[in-house]
Amino acid sequence: MKPRPFDYARPDTVEEAVELLAEYGDDARILAGGQSLLPMLNLRLVEARVIVDIARIAELDAIRDRGDMIEIGAAVTQNKLMSWPQLQKKVPLLAAAFPFVGHFQTRNRGTVCGSIAHADPSSELPLTLAVLGGEVVLRSKRGTRTLPASEFQIEMMTTARETDELIAAVRFPVGEGQGVAFDEVARRHGDFAIVAVAASTSKDGLRVGVGGMAGHPMVRTINGDTVGAISTWAEELEGYEDLHATPALRRDLFRNLAPRVIEEAKRCAG
Amino acid sequence: MRRVNRDERARIALTLNGRKLAAEAEPRMLLSDFVRHVLGATGTHVGCEHGVCGACTVLIDGVATRSCLMLAVQAEGREVRTVESLAASDGKLNPLQQAFRNNHALQCGFCTPGILMSFTDYLARNPHASRDEICDVLSGHLCRCTGYAGIVAAVEEAAGKVK
Repeated sequence: MKPRPFDYARPDTVEEAVELLAEYGDDARILAGGQSLLPMLNLRLVEARVIVDIARIAELDAIRDRGDMIEIGAAVTQNKLMSWPQLQKKVPLLAAAFPFVGHFQTRNRGTVCGSIAHADPSSELPLTLAVLGGEVVLRSKRGTRTLPASEFQIEMMTTARETDELIAAVRFPVGEGQGVAFDEVARRHGDFAIVAVAASTSKDGLRVGVGGMAGHPMVRTINGDTVGAISTWAEELEGYEDLHATPALRRDLFRNLAPRVIEEAKRCAG
Repeated sequence: MRRVNRDERARIALTLNGRKLAAEAEPRMLLSDFVRHVLGATGTHVGCEHGVCGACTVLIDGVATRSCLMLAVQAEGREVRTVESLAASDGKLNPLQQAFRNNHALQCGFCTPGILMSFTDYLARNPHASRDEICDVLSGHLCRCTGYAGIVAAVEEAAGKVK
């Protein structure tokens, strides 16, 4: 199908972009890579009065090393970050998750921030951000605020972003030397996961996150008996039903997948 | 700032297969439709129109992109390459196309233009791609005829031959 008509604006600066968002609010949709927005426009699941295309704002197309955090601007594509030479060393969990993010062809245009903005409950990048305890930087005409990942994604495809705010960047904590692992079950490699699990060693214990079991990524720190902890956790998670899986199947997948991912993260920490 | 109103037709200048040209499109027109219906390059095929099948894949500044997930106006000033650019002007197939022919990597051919463009990009980055890497890139396409084995064999043959 084809999108309904909309106005198109391509601001040259962040100031121009947030000016448009302040004017149009909910009637504006932000376009960066378009790999989530365009399918929804084509299928007429969403419509917009104005599309604000931020892909050519140079200031947003940067990967910045801030010491304890790696900041990814809103125009940075997934493949650009995936091929960043420092990624494996600085944020190993992100490097482990990337091969599961969409396909080569969609990663070429899809942005890191766009995936986090879209907030699909089984998506890999929001899960990774949640497990690592990253941040989202929001800019508007009113100023800039930073939210932890846990406060950003509220529900299925719903975030704490106000309608006049632009996700200017996301920040992943640097995790050099962490033992990490990521795995998921999907119908076809690169499709949305039915259940995705990420694990990372940390000084407080093992950080484990699961996508596809609730409206947003669920994260816990686990010490000691992992199989028991996962089993209990799986019972607490309600899961949800869609075309691909029932809640019971999701719980079963989680119970089987999580211990393997955890073992791999521990082995990787050596 | 570039602005186009919904009922307005913007003049979009871009390079298509090495030729600079310009044509008009309203903001909601997809690049896939612009290339086919306005510019007349019908080698690019449109399958699912929501980014799943990969049939409409073209190169934007050398990078494989689903043209149904891009607005024509977003391609303004960019270099667009479609399947029409692959063979020589006398019709001689390029090494990747020839490898598809050698390995029966197509039957109906609907998905082929997109797959050729994906691997034109991928083999330029990774000329000696492994079988696993080829399968990973191919996972971004759907082919209902071949069962994929012929396509993998063709790309393996081409790996290293494509400049």
